[in-house]
Amino acid sequence: MTSAPIDQATIPLAIEAVGIIKSFPGVLANDHVDFDVRAGEIHALLGENGAGKSTLMNVLAGLYQPDSGHVRVDGRDVAFRSPRDAIAAGIGMVHQHFTLVPSQTVAENVLLGLDRPRFRLDLRQTEKEVGHLAAEIGLRVDPGARVWQLSVGEQQRVEIIKMLFHGARVLILDEPTAVLAPQEIADLFATLRSMVAAGRSVVFISHKLGEVLAIADRLTVMRGGRVTAAGIDPRSVTRADLARLMVGRPVLEALQRTAVEPGRVVLSVEGVSADNDRGLPALRDASLQVRAGEIVGIAAVAGNGQSELAQVITGLRTCTGRVVVDGRDIAAQPARQAIDSGVAHVPEDRAGVGSAPNLSLVDNLILRRFRHPPVARGAFFDTRAARAKADELRGAYAISAPTIDAPARILSGGNLQRLILAREIDSAPTLLVAVQPTRGLDVGAIEGVHQLLLDLRAKGTAVLLISEELDELLALADRILVMYEGQVAAEFPAPSSADVDAIGLHMTGGEGAA
Amino acid sequence: MIIRLEPRGEPPRWLSPLLTIAAVIVALLVGAVVLAFVGGDPVKAYLHIVKAAFGDVGVLSDTLVKATPLILTGLACALAFRMRLWNIGAEGQFLLGAWGASAVVLFPLLPAGTPSFVVIPVMMVAGALAGALWGVIPGVLRARLGVNEIITTLMLNYVALAWIQFWVFGPWSEGGFQQTAPFPKEAWLPRLTDFAKTVPAFSGLTTHLGLVFALVAAAALSIAVSRTRWGYEMRLIGDNARAARYAGIDIARYVIVVFAISGALAGLAGMSEVGGVVHRLQDRISPGYGFTAIIIAYLARLGPWRVVLASILFGALILAGREIQPSGVPAMIQGVILFCLIAAEALVRYRIVIGRRAPSAA
Amino acid sequence: MIDLTLILAAGVASGTILLFAAVGEIFAERAGVLNLGVEGMMLIGAVAAFSVTAATGNPWLGVVVAMIAGGLLSLVHAAITIQFRADQVISGLALTFLGSGLARVLGDGLSKAGQISTLPRFTVPLLGDIPVLGAILFRDQSLMTYVGFVLVPLAWYWIERTRPGLNLRAVGERPAAADAQGIDVVRLRYLYVLVGGLLAGLAGATITIAISPGWFGDQTVAGRGWIAVGLVIFAQWSPIRAAIGAYLFGAIFRFIIDIQGVKTILGAENPFQAGRSATFFLEMLPYLFVVIVVIIGSREALRRRVGAPAALGIPYVRGERGA
Repeated sequence: MTSAPIDQATIPLAIEAVGIIKSFPGVLANDHVDFDVRAGEIHALLGENGAGKSTLMNVLAGLYQPDSGHVRVDGRDVAFRSPRDAIAAGIGMVHQHFTLVPSQTVAENVLLGLDRPRFRLDLRQTEKEVGHLAAEIGLRVDPGARVWQLSVGEQQRVEIIKMLFHGARVLILDEPTAVLAPQEIADLFATLRSMVAAGRSVVFISHKLGEVLAIADRLTVMRGGRVTAAGIDPRSVTRADLARLMVGRPVLEALQRTAVEPGRVVLSVEGVSADNDRGLPALRDASLQVRAGEIVGIAAVAGNGQSELAQVITGLRTCTGRVVVDGRDIAAQPARQAIDSGVAHVPEDRAGVGSAPNLSLVDNLILRRFRHPPVARGAFFDTRAARAKADELRGAYAISAPTIDAPARILSGGNLQRLILAREIDSAPTLLVAVQPTRGLDVGAIEGVHQLLLDLRAKGTAVLLISEELDELLALADRILVMYEGQVAAEFPAPSSADVDAIGLHMTGGEGAA
Repeated sequence: MIIRLEPRGEPPRWLSPLLTIAAVIVALLVGAVVLAFVGGDPVKAYLHIVKAAFGDVGVLSDTLVKATPLILTGLACALAFRMRLWNIGAEGQFLLGAWGASAVVLFPLLPAGTPSFVVIPVMMVAGALAGALWGVIPGVLRARLGVNEIITTLMLNYVALAWIQFWVFGPWSEGGFQQTAPFPKEAWLPRLTDFAKTVPAFSGLTTHLGLVFALVAAAALSIAVSRTRWGYEMRLIGDNARAARYAGIDIARYVIVVFAISGALAGLAGMSEVGGVVHRLQDRISPGYGFTAIIIAYLARLGPWRVVLASILFGALILAGREIQPSGVPAMIQGVILFCLIAAEALVRYRIVIGRRAPSAA
Repeated sequence: MIDLTLILAAGVASGTILLFAAVGEIFAERAGVLNLGVEGMMLIGAVAAFSVTAATGNPWLGVVVAMIAGGLLSLVHAAITIQFRADQVISGLALTFLGSGLARVLGDGLSKAGQISTLPRFTVPLLGDIPVLGAILFRDQSLMTYVGFVLVPLAWYWIERTRPGLNLRAVGERPAAADAQGIDVVRLRYLYVLVGGLLAGLAGATITIAISPGWFGDQTVAGRGWIAVGLVIFAQWSPIRAAIGAYLFGAIFRFIIDIQGVKTILGAENPFQAGRSATFFLEMLPYLFVVIVVIIGSREALRRRVGAPAALGIPYVRGERGA
């Protein structure tokens, strides 16, 4: 942390936002929000999903215009009409979903949006400059590489370098640690500290208390579009206080976790290899087993084969090796085989894979059972039976939607996830493959999903849980497998919070960890 | 002042049909302006269309004759579009269907004097098969090799036309003219006028059995789409192919099958046209039915029964439009109708907001 | 006898038409907008150039009006797809309907071929004297052919090596990224759809007042707009590969005409002589060739896992993540 300032009032404000109001159809995302950032500080913005953090930051970064309120930079009123205005004023934002062009090189991405050179591009010169800048703040990156070839962590570094190259003095990072392994997080923090030491400012958006307390000089907490604590000193509050400010009620993760004796081996993955979408090896001779009544967690940094593993098991990706479910090898078979073998799947991409956005709730709720009675009657489709099933599931899983005829796209993230879980769990699976089942959900919804997974385990279903949230894996999994570069690198048979460092080391392929 | 579009939540149910009708009206108005511009009298022209298409039983029957190939090709397009397969090749599939049906008579595949109740079913099968073959080619290329079906179906239209021309100028030419000899009576589809002896009111009415094929096809598709598993799977593929794959559906197989059926429907249209109307094969057998079918499918919002309605409307436009000069006007009006429909669709999904504030995110 | 040099020279001339249209479409698609209305825009350009030139005797004016006409038509597509976010496929088809209908209306009563002043033809000094190559590329070609020679490297340089090109590629690949960097996605897409329209109009003018003068209704363009769209896939969105493909197609078109004038092939009677019904098989060739070429392009895209601009065909809505 930076040395304690003596007289805080004399430190100039880099940015000041006053009375920001921003609404979207049906949502008041920012309700009279005040926020400021001092020069040379790391200011954390804490809040749940949907608290309005990203909206506020998008206002500061010029992507949104506020309905009312104003923004001052270095004491002067500004009205950003576009992100370009914000960057010109020295404010750069690294979004949660990176805004890089995958087919272009690092240098080309850095040049994007700059005013100079105006016409002819000298990429070799730019590559040299980017290399220098990266070295200055201790980031390693190859300026000539194409972005799609880079890991997620590397892409984040490119984003940061791009913003600095564009002259950002205030860097806004939206949930930067969500995609990083523990060791990568430590590296990022070191980079951020060296940046503020050089007089720049950082706004660090997060919903993770531990991180925020570790990195922030000051904290602002938001909830439901409003600020519940503004610019407080992190040393003056406890985790419990912060949690209450964030959630509005005490957080209790009281999960009904009963002892279940693992049964027979339901899933056995044996020596499986597969390519990713870019044709590069994603799984290399990976093997693992999941037993009935057991939750096996997969911990891995994004891009180490865990997504492909889920696709291979559920028949969405071709592979070599054996994928045995209840004694039947379904490797490289179409998804139909997996479904018929009792494999349920909560996919990573809920809107893109797990649902048909313009079709009704009814159609979405029977997505994996339309081949069986009562919905199917021979070649015919029994609409009444489908509706009855949809009604039943909507009630049982508290999916909130105006009618069962509403299209799935109008559902909130949490409701859509409940729909998918309802559908998959109702099929009474022998194996459930759940990928990032709680990503983007608010705390209440997360608890609900966790409980559903534990209930399934209690019923004797084998569960393979792939998650980037280490806390989630620790809370739910009977065993944790760490994947690194397409292989199972380590197994933790009875994981506890004491294993976090060891897990993190394996996730980054740390030496000596084997 | 900035005009921008904001998404609507759930559009009211009446909005979409209302805007569809509005789109047609606007398109007709635009057509009127163009007509007036090139020196025509739009009011007279449109009145003429109405009278020439719906004025009495006789012309109504002619309108239905024109609507018949449109219904079948329109259904062909609507079926493919439901899966977001852009079959722009109904024209070529129509031509191949006409050729296949003609081949039965002209090769001949059946001995002369074969009775009607044998010749006509064989012609139907031959036409549908030839059309299906022409549809399966782009279907397989799309399903197995990921080849863009828009380009392939379009190119095959030109190939089909050259193929027809080869036969009507060459082996099947009647005395060097660009047409074949007329078919024997056994290969003619029965017309209403053929029953004038028992029902005198039918005298002179040219509506033929092809219309029955078209209506049966519409009914079959309507049931398939809304009441079968097959319809559900198509709905799913059309909305989100990745979700369909996740649901265990073999999409490649569907692409090929749908292209085959789509081609068969268009081929049947070609058969119905040579068997029911022209009674011979000639190279100018289609005034662009396969292209008008695209607009019909879109106007009908892919609903089989609505395709029937839209086809009757366009049948009238083609029938009466032949006399409108210059000859490009009906084609142009079709283009304008399509643009108005697209704009109307946007108005269903978005509302126009005129405001002074800069556009912001939705 | 068939003179290969002459076929290739004529192929280069005839390929220039496809070249303009394909390069224009590459610009639009690189910006993320698929415009299937090339055929319609070319027809409008063709009829505009022919009628203006016939009326004024000034082919230069004809070229300008043709480009404006093609450009205006493309703006309809731009408004519908960029502003109203309608489906680009259906809008492009509508554009072709509208364009060909309008062209027929405007071309009604125009003399079919007749005498019309055309753009100048000339031989480039020095370059025209190079053996073989000079005869193919630089001898007695239309001005438009030379414009094509200049356009291709310029288009490549613009797209790959300049800032506007960098922005263009970003808009077509990841509009959200471009937007976040303050690049006006909507404006650039309008601009490049317009460029596509201007070049399609030019392609149309190149037919009627430069390479094969005359107005023959729909048959003037005869599907060349669609061939250009297919060429773009074969070209993998590169102007240089598009040029190779365009000249190749030009040569095929030319070959089809020339072979009909030949009496015997290798001692046997030529079945494809003009007037024979077998010539219709020749007419199929370019279209079948497009199918083959598109298959090649698609296979290559699958194998190399590169292909269409990532955002091609997708309307951009700010605030939708990952778009």
